[in-house]
Parts: sequence; structure tokens; C-alpha cells
Amino acid sequence: MNRTQHKLFVAFLVLPAFIILFAVVVYPFIYNVIVSFSNMNLRHIKDWRIIGFQQYVKVFTEPTQPDFYVVFFKTIIWTVVNLTFHVVIGVFLALLLNQKDVKGKPVFRTMLILPWAIPQYIVLLTWRGMFNYEYGSINLMITKYLNLPAVEWLKSPTEAFLACILTNVWLGFPFMMVIALGALQSIPHELYEAADIDGASWWHKLTRITLPLIRPVMIPAITLGTVWTFNNLNIVWLVSNAGEPSDQTHILVSFVYKAAFNLYRFGYAAALSMVIFAILLVFSLTFMKKARATEAAY
Amino acid sequence: MISRRLLRLFFTYLALIVFAVIAVYPILQVVTISLRPSDRLLSTSLEIIPEDATFRNYIDLFTDRPFLLWMWNSVFVSLVVTLTGVVLASMTGYAFSRFNFIGKRIGLLSLLTTQMFPATMLLLPLYIMLIKLGLINTYLGVIIIYTATALPFTIWTMKGYYDTIPYSLEEAARIDGCNQFQAFYKIILPLAAPALVITALFSFMTAWAEYLVAAQILQESTLWTLPLGLKSFESNMSTEWGLYGASSIIVTIPVVILFLALSKYLVSGLTLGSVKG
Repeated sequence: MNRTQHKLFVAFLVLPAFIILFAVVVYPFIYNVIVSFSNMNLRHIKDWRIIGFQQYVKVFTEPTQPDFYVVFFKTIIWTVVNLTFHVVIGVFLALLLNQKDVKGKPVFRTMLILPWAIPQYIVLLTWRGMFNYEYGSINLMITKYLNLPAVEWLKSPTEAFLACILTNVWLGFPFMMVIALGALQSIPHELYEAADIDGASWWHKLTRITLPLIRPVMIPAITLGTVWTFNNLNIVWLVSNAGEPSDQTHILVSFVYKAAFNLYRFGYAAALSMVIFAILLVFSLTFMKKARATEAAY
Repeated sequence: MISRRLLRLFFTYLALIVFAVIAVYPILQVVTISLRPSDRLLSTSLEIIPEDATFRNYIDLFTDRPFLLWMWNSVFVSLVVTLTGVVLASMTGYAFSRFNFIGKRIGLLSLLTTQMFPATMLLLPLYIMLIKLGLINTYLGVIIIYTATALPFTIWTMKGYYDTIPYSLEEAARIDGCNQFQAFYKIILPLAAPALVITALFSFMTAWAEYLVAAQILQESTLWTLPLGLKSFESNMSTEWGLYGASSIIVTIPVVILFLALSKYLVSGLTLGSVKG
């Protein structure tokens, strides 16, 4: 195939997808950049103009309720706690399921993957129902079986935040479990056999063979999981019903959504979105770089 | 003496059962709600099947509401998105895997970066753009957006999987007389089946389970997809929980069946690409 044909072929393969992506992602992104430098809000919906960095300044300095840095800090805690549980539970379950002599693996696997498979909006409203003070099953179980006082899940800030975390952990561990399972299955058995001959304990086998070898697969998964969790609007919005109580359970993205669609402060929301994007970009680049640099050689 | 093996198996099964119950319980709750007569979301009993269980809600769903219409709409949109997604991702991923071209590295990186945009960043400009293009209240609008949403992840998955297939296979095909496209279509594509399955599943899920974008674009109620229909049961004063529960279960069943049928592909397709990488 000559060079022109070759180029045409590649273009044929790649262009359709990229045209769609450009239209749906790149164009809105550029639009967002422009709006972030403008004063678009309810009063200036058609006659907005560029006003420079003012929105960015507002993002960092305006005394909003709640404060930007508090929300940022909360988002970090949200992400770290969720990811830790996702990965630990996911890898733990994958290790359990990877054992040769466990029966009924397909059944367990299907049940454990269900949180991921069910459409989110159904699940989230159900969880909100479960956290209901008087009638939710969680409080019912706490009072009936544990004899502990019922928790005001959705009324107090810390408990509401905790409720969101519990819901999201439940939603997120299947993904990590599936990834870990795939990674585990690709580890050659000879390695374990050699370790057994050398008399290694299960702890040794876990930390010296298993964990390092699933790392190359887990690192991209963790990066993706972090980005997805950081930006996860649905959980916080639906479970705490838009930041109740009184805007205390916001993470950064839900805060942006409220600014944009409830308060119509489009310029401000656009600037804040850019800030979020920048944070995630810096994180991903540094995380992937650092992880690669210290990757154990196979 | 209990052998170490028995102990290990005991704890394994215990942990698996506990987590499986936790995983499944909320879904059982929805079943319970769907079986309760007339809108009782709230009750202090913890039984899974309520005493006065009835299938009334399921019947009402089909006779009293345009549920079949919503279902048909959702199936249509989801299938189109799945087809488009598989075609586009398989082609684009192939190009990224086999060829070097200008903008390849940036292209790959930008696919990853698209995941970092908060949803809020794109919703408003998209809405304005769709109004200008006259794509509000059309399926074309939603289909394009859903396809684009699923593309980054699916392209990445396909590329990773292609990377594990040795190029020598295409070379052998070329020697036997195929051109590049035939080599792709007849040899490589069948080999990439697990990744194609993931792409199809992911694209399907993106369309089947999506609410926000559909709510903005499909404003006419005859165009509603299932998520919009479900939301209509909810209102400030009197949410119709029975109908909501019943429809939730019906919406969930196809997805669960799909996952069940494809579970073995899920594991290999998602990770085989990245292991060698």
C-alpha cells in the first residue's frame, strides 16, 4: 500500500471518532474556557463580556458558604477514603476469588458485580431511602439488631458525608475487583511454585509476588478511579439531596453544579470547573509519572 | 485438627458471602418496594417479601403508563449507541495500536484528559450547541453525546487489547494477499472479541442508564427513555414508589442478564490489554 493510501486508511479509521469527540468534548471545553473569563450569569445571560480573571479570583477568595478550601479539602478526603476502600476491598475479594479450590465462583462474581451493573439513579434513590431516619433499613437494623441508637444520617453534615462515602464504596469496589481479578489471572503459576519451593510464607507471596505484579494494571485503574470519584456528582447530589443539610455536604463538583444550574452563575461555575480540571490534570500526570518511575522490574 | 486449608476456605466463603449479601441487599430492597401495595416506601418491617405482596405495580406499569414506549425508546437509543460505539472504537483503537501518525501521542493523552472534565463543564455548552443545531428533542442529539461519552474509555480498551495481538498475524495475512483493511476485518477483529464485548457493554450501559443528558435533550414525553420515565414517578408530594420499584427491577434485569452472559469476557477483556503494556 503506497503512502497516500496508507494515510487515507489511517484517516478513515480515526477521523469519525475524533470528529464526534471534537464536537461533543473539545468544543464545549473551549466554550467553557471562554465563559470562565466572562461575567455570564442570570443578569448577563446574552450580553456577557470578557472580564479577565475576575471569576478565578472569586473562586479562590469569595467568602462563599461553604468556603472553597473547605470544599476542596472535603473532596480530597472523599476521594482518598473512597479509593482506599475500593482498592482494598476489590483486591481482597479478587484474591479470594482467585483461589483454585473455591466453588461457586460465577455466582459470587455475579452477585459482587451487581452494584456496578445496576443503573445509578435507581441505586442512589434506594440508598437514600435506606438512610432515612425512621424507615430506612440501615437505622432499622442498627436499632433492632445492634441495640444502638438510630443515626441522623441525612440531617447532620458528618453523617451525611459518611452516608455518601458508604454508598460510593458500595458502588465502586466491583470495578477494582474485576480489574484485580484480570491482573491476578495473568500471573504465571510457576512464580508461586518457585516461591513454595523456597519456603515462602503466604505473606511473602502476597507482598513480593502478587502485589508488585498487579501494580502495572492497578495504577491506571487507580488513576481513572481517582478522577471518576473526584468528579462524581451523582452520589453527593442524590443521596444528600443537593448538599443538605444547608450546603454542608458538597464536594467540588456538586458545588459547581449548584452554582451553574441553581444559582445561574455561569462564569463562576466555568472558572471553578477549569480549576477542578487543572487539579486533576496535575494529579494524574504526577501520579502516573511517579508510579512508573518506581515500578518494580518484572 | 482443622487443617489450614479448611480454615482458609472457611474464611474465604464467609467473607464472600458477607460481601455478596451487602452487594445484593439494596437491590432486594427495590424488589420489596415493588411488591408492596400502593406506594408504601416506608415501613418498619425488614422483611424482604412483604406480607401483602402483590404484583399490582407491575401490572399498572404496563397498563397505566407508557412504559413499553419508554422501553422501546431506550432499546432503540442504546442499540444504536452500542453499534456506533463498537464500530468507531474498534477502528480508532486499531489505528492507535498499529500506526504512528501526527498527533498520536497527544491523541492518546487527550483521551485520558477528557475523563477529567467535570460533567458541569460540558453540559451547558452542549445544551446551547444542540439548541442551535436543532437537535433538541431528537434522538440524534442524545446518540451523538452518548457515543462520545463512551468513546475515550472504549478506544483505550480496544487499543490496549490490540497491543497484545502480534503484528505478525497481519503480516502473514498481507503475504497471503489481503490488504490492510481485510487483515483488520477478518483476522484481528475476531481475535479482539473480548475487548469488543466490553466496548459493546460499556456503550450500552452509557446509553441505557443515563439520566441527566436525556433530561435536557428529550423534553417531549413521547421521546422519553426509561430513566426519564422513572423520574416521572417521583414528585414532591406523592412519589409513586410502587411503580418506581417495579420499573427499576424491569430496567435492571436486561443489564444483569447481559453482565451474567458476558462475565467471562469482562475480566479478560479489561485487563489483558494493560498487562503486557
